[in-house]
Amino acid sequence: MNDKWLPSPRELIRQERRKKLAQRKFLIASLSTFIVLAGLITLVVTSPGWDIVKKTFFDLDYGREVFPTVIKGIFLNIKLTIIGSICIGAIALLLAILRTTRSAALTPFRLLATAYVDIFRGIPLLLVIFLIGFGVPALGLKGLTSNVTILGTAAVVITYSAYVAEVIRSGILSIHPSQRAAARSLGLTHAQSMRHIVLPQALRRVVPPLLNDFVALLKDTGLVSILGVIDAIRAAQINASRTFNYTPYVVAALLFLCITIPLTRYTDRALRNTYARQNSEGAI
Amino acid sequence: MAFALSSCSQSTKDETASASCAKADLQTLNAGTLTIATGQPAYYPWVIDDKPESGEGFEAAVAYAVAEKLGFTKDEVTWVRTTFDGAIAPGDKTFDFNLQQFSITDERKNAVDFSTPYYTAPQAIVSFKGSKVAKATTLTELKSAKLGAAVGTTSLDAISNQIGGTPQVFNDNAAAVSALKNKQIDGLVVDLPTAFYLSAVEVPNGLIVGQLPSTGSGDQFGLLLAKGSPLTACVSQAVDAITADGSLDAITTKWLSTDAGAPILKP
Repeated sequence: MNDKWLPSPRELIRQERRKKLAQRKFLIASLSTFIVLAGLITLVVTSPGWDIVKKTFFDLDYGREVFPTVIKGIFLNIKLTIIGSICIGAIALLLAILRTTRSAALTPFRLLATAYVDIFRGIPLLLVIFLIGFGVPALGLKGLTSNVTILGTAAVVITYSAYVAEVIRSGILSIHPSQRAAARSLGLTHAQSMRHIVLPQALRRVVPPLLNDFVALLKDTGLVSILGVIDAIRAAQINASRTFNYTPYVVAALLFLCITIPLTRYTDRALRNTYARQNSEGAI
Repeated sequence: MAFALSSCSQSTKDETASASCAKADLQTLNAGTLTIATGQPAYYPWVIDDKPESGEGFEAAVAYAVAEKLGFTKDEVTWVRTTFDGAIAPGDKTFDFNLQQFSITDERKNAVDFSTPYYTAPQAIVSFKGSKVAKATTLTELKSAKLGAAVGTTSLDAISNQIGGTPQVFNDNAAAVSALKNKQIDGLVVDLPTAFYLSAVEVPNGLIVGQLPSTGSGDQFGLLLAKGSPLTACVSQAVDAITADGSLDAITTKWLSTDAGAPILKP
């Protein structure tokens, strides 16, 4: 009983066979990928407009020239995303919890939360930015900042909280009622069962859609540029409209991808065990 | 053979500008109609009440004068609207020519054609009483202020090249004016006639800080046409004609009479 498990001869044969099958699969996959990619690249490079596209969109020297301004803009995007996502997380969690309470005393808050979500999912983000960015300072109220970066970020936070609140709420609602019943039978109150049983499971469950929203937030922070702030996209636009070479746009797009792709891959990896335990990710 | 020879002479005739500028030979977008574009909205004093069809306003009047020289009556002119930035970008155009205070620059000439200039206007700075730059007399005093301009304009270039400092960039002048009214920017750089209009009408307690010293380039407005447009030579000819016979001067005096009164800022 204390010996380490050793595979039987039959098990060894099985392992050998599986290894061979896996190798064959790998070879076929690589060959097929290579053929398709080579075909696509040939199709693009031999197209009639390729020289013009190469010069207008993929000019390496001009790309290097505009890189400093575009990357300065993207630091602003990242900064606004990080600050924004913390605020959004807090507000959205509050809204989701308010919407899922069953207490009679909290009814007005539940109604307010529902109204908030309905309104701010309904108004386009661009309009909210205009209304808050230019409208709030026009009211001239003392104590309210007229700094466009803060107002623009506030507009994005207010709108995104509505969407993220719904995502979190769907996670909370997806927890099986047996969990709550078990918590009740142990004597936990609603608040305690939320805090210790439901929310940990719910939040872990909604990480993929939340990551979706985070990536969308990274790009939507660029919309505050309509208020005058220079972010990556605006920096690219300024450079492109000066020379009519659109390489800055490609540079900005690549920089965004450099951030989002590692983020998504890392999150997938970190949660692989959780998925295997909870869902059918660990399917044979 | 004779037919071929006559068609040969037809093509050489096209190369001499005067013959091919007859109305029937002009290759406009729609045959028999001249499609002119301007901005949305079109501001005073370039167009009055955003109605270029009325012919009221400096640019509306210039457009109709040019159309007349090309042989089109008022009824044969159609107006369309484009964004400022969109008209300069390379690609197919929805107009025969476009006028919305486009300055003639070499970089823009890579993407579009320009007619001969019809107006020369320097850049000026609009602000409000009590702002950081209201009393500025030199360019160095402006460097630390928050100045705004619309994207893709020579006003934006003027901030970067002549004044220095980081500009606040807006999609269009309307957004920039909102920011100025909210005191979110200290000053807005636009061409001088627009500056007069904005400081007098749009911005409460508005004033003009001054005009930027002329750089030579970027001060002249021209009609904008598609790159390699067959109409460029004829349209330039028409502009030259209205300049020569004095009708352009009359239009300028009628609509842009306030040309002096803004001091030139020293470096």
